[in-house]
Amino acid sequence: MSAARYSYVGLNLREQDAQAEHGAQTLIFGFWIFLMADLVVFALLFATYAAMSVHGVADGPAPAELFSLKMPFIETLVLLLSSFTFGMASLALKYSAKRSSLAAWLLVTGVLGAVFVAMEISDFATYISEDQAPPQRSGFLSAYYLLVGTHGVHVVSGLAWLLVLLVQLAVLGRVREVKLRLLRLALFWHMLDVVWVCIFTFVYLFGASA
Amino acid sequence: MSENDLPESELEGRKTERRHYVVGIFWALLLTLAAFALVAADTLPPNPARIAVSILALMQIVVHFRYFLHIDLKQSHRDDLHLILFTALIVFLMAAGTLWILFNLHGRML
Amino acid sequence: MEDGYWLLGRLDWQALPFVRAWRHPSVSEWIGAGAGGLVVIAALAVLVMLTRRKAWRRLWDGWLTSLDHKKIGIMYVVIALVMLTRALIEAVLMRMQQFAAVGDPGFLSPEHFSQLFSTHGTVMIFFMAMPFLTGIINYVMPLQIGARDVSFPLLNSISLMLTAAGAALVMISLVVGQFSTGGWSAYPPYTGIQFSPGVGPDYWIWAVTLSSIASTLSGLNFAVTIYKERAPGMTLFRMPLFCWTTLCTSILMIFAMAPLTVASLMLALDRYAGFHFFTAEAGGNLMNYANLFWLFGHPEVYILILPAFGVYSSVISTYSGKTLYGYKSLVYATLAIAVLSFTVWLHHFFTMGQTANVNAIFGIATMLIGVPTGVKVYDWLLTLLRGRIRFTAPMLFSIMFLVTFVVGGITGVILANPPVDFVVHNSLFLVAHFHNMLIPGLLFGMIAATQHWFPKAFGFRLDETWGKISFWCWAVGFYLAFMPLYALGLMGAMRRTSEWLRPDYSPLMLIALLGALLLFAGFVSLLVQLGVSVRHRDRYRVPVGDPWDGHSLEWATSAPPPEYNFALIPRVEARDAFRQMKRRGIAYARPEAYTDIAMPKNSAVGPIIGLAGAGLGFALTWHIGWLAVLGFSVIVGAVIARSFVRETERLIPAASVREHHERWLDAVAATPRVPRVQELCPSNRGHAEPMA
Ligand code: HEM
Ligand SMILES: [Cu+2]
Repeated sequence: MSAARYSYVGLNLREQDAQAEHGAQTLIFGFWIFLMADLVVFALLFATYAAMSVHGVADGPAPAELFSLKMPFIETLVLLLSSFTFGMASLALKYSAKRSSLAAWLLVTGVLGAVFVAMEISDFATYISEDQAPPQRSGFLSAYYLLVGTHGVHVVSGLAWLLVLLVQLAVLGRVREVKLRLLRLALFWHMLDVVWVCIFTFVYLFGASA
Repeated sequence: MSENDLPESELEGRKTERRHYVVGIFWALLLTLAAFALVAADTLPPNPARIAVSILALMQIVVHFRYFLHIDLKQSHRDDLHLILFTALIVFLMAAGTLWILFNLHGRML
Repeated sequence: MEDGYWLLGRLDWQALPFVRAWRHPSVSEWIGAGAGGLVVIAALAVLVMLTRRKAWRRLWDGWLTSLDHKKIGIMYVVIALVMLTRALIEAVLMRMQQFAAVGDPGFLSPEHFSQLFSTHGTVMIFFMAMPFLTGIINYVMPLQIGARDVSFPLLNSISLMLTAAGAALVMISLVVGQFSTGGWSAYPPYTGIQFSPGVGPDYWIWAVTLSSIASTLSGLNFAVTIYKERAPGMTLFRMPLFCWTTLCTSILMIFAMAPLTVASLMLALDRYAGFHFFTAEAGGNLMNYANLFWLFGHPEVYILILPAFGVYSSVISTYSGKTLYGYKSLVYATLAIAVLSFTVWLHHFFTMGQTANVNAIFGIATMLIGVPTGVKVYDWLLTLLRGRIRFTAPMLFSIMFLVTFVVGGITGVILANPPVDFVVHNSLFLVAHFHNMLIPGLLFGMIAATQHWFPKAFGFRLDETWGKISFWCWAVGFYLAFMPLYALGLMGAMRRTSEWLRPDYSPLMLIALLGALLLFAGFVSLLVQLGVSVRHRDRYRVPVGDPWDGHSLEWATSAPPPEYNFALIPRVEARDAFRQMKRRGIAYARPEAYTDIAMPKNSAVGPIIGLAGAGLGFALTWHIGWLAVLGFSVIVGAVIARSFVRETERLIPAASVREHHERWLDAVAATPRVPRVQELCPSNRGHAEPMA
């Protein structure tokens, strides 16, 4: 084929034979396409949010009245860090034969993800109870909760997936299937970061800069 | 950790790839910090501030793609690049189109 | 909260059409009850027949759990035909009502009429057209690129079963409760909870969501298959055009389903949880629904039409005995259409109130699509030019497509002028236009595809006489049924109307009704054709597998092909690969060696997820909490459980591949070649004498 060093997206395994390489390429390409379709979902949620946060405030709070920067900032750090720890897990998967370092990095990633989700839930709870800003209040709030909530649901499914893979690592060991699943989960996880970059920028920073 | 179970030839690859992630997180944190600081400091008027943080976000996305997703214009598989470019086009058409239409309609209702 | 709500949600006796018909007898209610009864009886009859023939096991092992792309393809087409039957009956009923309802309420209540056009549209698009084309692609594309299966066979089965689940929900709505009255596009605020408090829109939301998830996954699967599973030497530009149109359709499926999913989930949040995406208050914006829906809707029409373009390319070149004219221009035209189809969605709501500039830009973009489409039409015409044309049934459908589609395209360019659209928007002119695109541009293509590839799939040809009878019914019926609608639309008749006040509509309505009846006769003829062909299948057998002197690799296999398609993956050296092989005398060559072949094992995951998906959709529609939780958990559980299974493939030993293949090669050698003039005679056993 071409002189490509990466035969698929993300960290590439050290495949020995062409058959295995082809298998990995196919799986990861398929998953990558899925992620692209998912990105389109987010793009539409963003576009809807962008319109509604301007036109759909009605008699509810406007973005600037609702959002502060502290929580989003900490959430961002947590999520970014989790992406890095997942990167370390990927390296352990590729280079280290020991199961423990891989599992350890994955666990750290999972904990960071859980912290993120918990913070987000507490954000939502505060908005709803203290600021009287539930999603039913206005079009802007509906769009806000759907956009940020969809990202949150993705993180939660990522965590569930991570949990299943940890079990599989324990039960099945570092078999090829599990490795390929970890590669795909890594893509998923990193992609959620990309979406989050857009969320903190277009939702929180845009909101706060009004 | 487990340096010793690797053949010599792989040590190098492992080192570069780890450096990759470190550089990635460094840039990501820096760009995040810059964006939040810019808004928190409140020095720029809203519109320039928004443009600035958008550019920072774009840069950060590039960083994530480059360092975490390992997408490299020269070394990646052609199919993957085509897909990314096509997705970018569709995302742009849909998001920009939606905004254009909805803001245009809104303008007609004022 | 009422007693039993936890168990049955919003379900009660009133949900049954039989009870409704008993309490408020009227022709309209009786028709509803009759339709519900028919569904129940048909379902029972199938169950009894399966049990009597002890066919459950065979159905389960041979079909439902099979991951073979060919069987999955056939099952898709079966779903499409069942749903087509329903949607056609509804179409005829609507035409009868509109004829009867000139200056008279007619025999259907407005409510019932609204349900009819909503289900007709929804079924035709999501549960007839989509399964039909997905089925044909599933069957044909992997064979054409020289692959053993799609890239993700299990995912394929899951897509099938989710589609079936969606179709089942629409069928269930005939028996339990009522379907939406909001049209196939389900615009809020009408479909919001305030104006449609019943479960109708919920049925629509969940049926469509199941179908759109399934389509996204199918698109993904097909695209990866085309990118990664092509036989050696099968470069992209050597692929048959059908594979190109499949690729473009798949890409559209991957990207265009998302807006629909987003729009319908937002609608669901409005309805279930009091959100304000599309409400007329609290900052909701119903115009965004139109925007999102058509962001999906316009690419969708190209999802529907492109595969048919591929079919016509195969059919026209095969029955003209020529290679396709302007292959590359056809490829580029297809790609251009695929991209442009994302830039025109606003033409569905020119009248919504945006400025003239916006309308003008989208109007121009719309007209631009006419250019690549025109390129295609010329290419097909030039393929016909000086060909030795055989007017078989699939060819007749293709030629009728060429003529009729151009008419539809012209009315499309007319509609693309915003000022003109303001006049005929939402009138029967529009109804005529889109049927004029979809019937030739989709249905004729799918019918042609079944006529063309049926012998490959089942090993015997279809009866040609009934094929031609059916063709004439479809062709004449189409013009009778839809040309009057153009006139009616210009006379001011609006779509989705159940009663007319103008007596001068009567004659045209009558012609349209006759046309619809003729179309229905065309459909019945297809069923008769199937029956007759099965009865006389021995006379029609084509075991060698190449009854039409085909050009592409699917014809290089026995009919039906073995599970693994090719004993040895073919090596491709040119476009029209099989035609080249025949010319060079290397078709049917004996391989030197055989190898073991790994094929996917059957899996029950697809049917389980389908069943759970249907349960989940039903539960959400009726607010039955426990069932929703159960359905969702079963889906997640099935996926997780499956991920622990490691032995997913089974080996077919080389010896058995050899035995099967050599037996077929012997049969090929023993079968005389037939020239094209004997194509329709019993002597055509599928061994073609290549044309010079
Ligand atoms: C073959 C015979 C067919 C007949 C006689 C027929 C007839 C009709 C009629 C009477 C309507 C209602 C028009 C109105 O609103 O006043 C309708 C609507 C519609 N039909 Fe068909 N149709 C046929 C085939 C198809 C096919 C093949 C498709 C698509 C693949 C299709 C898609 C639709 C759609 C999307 C609507 C709009 C439903 C709505 O208003 O929401 N039809 N058709
Ligand atoms: Cu359109």
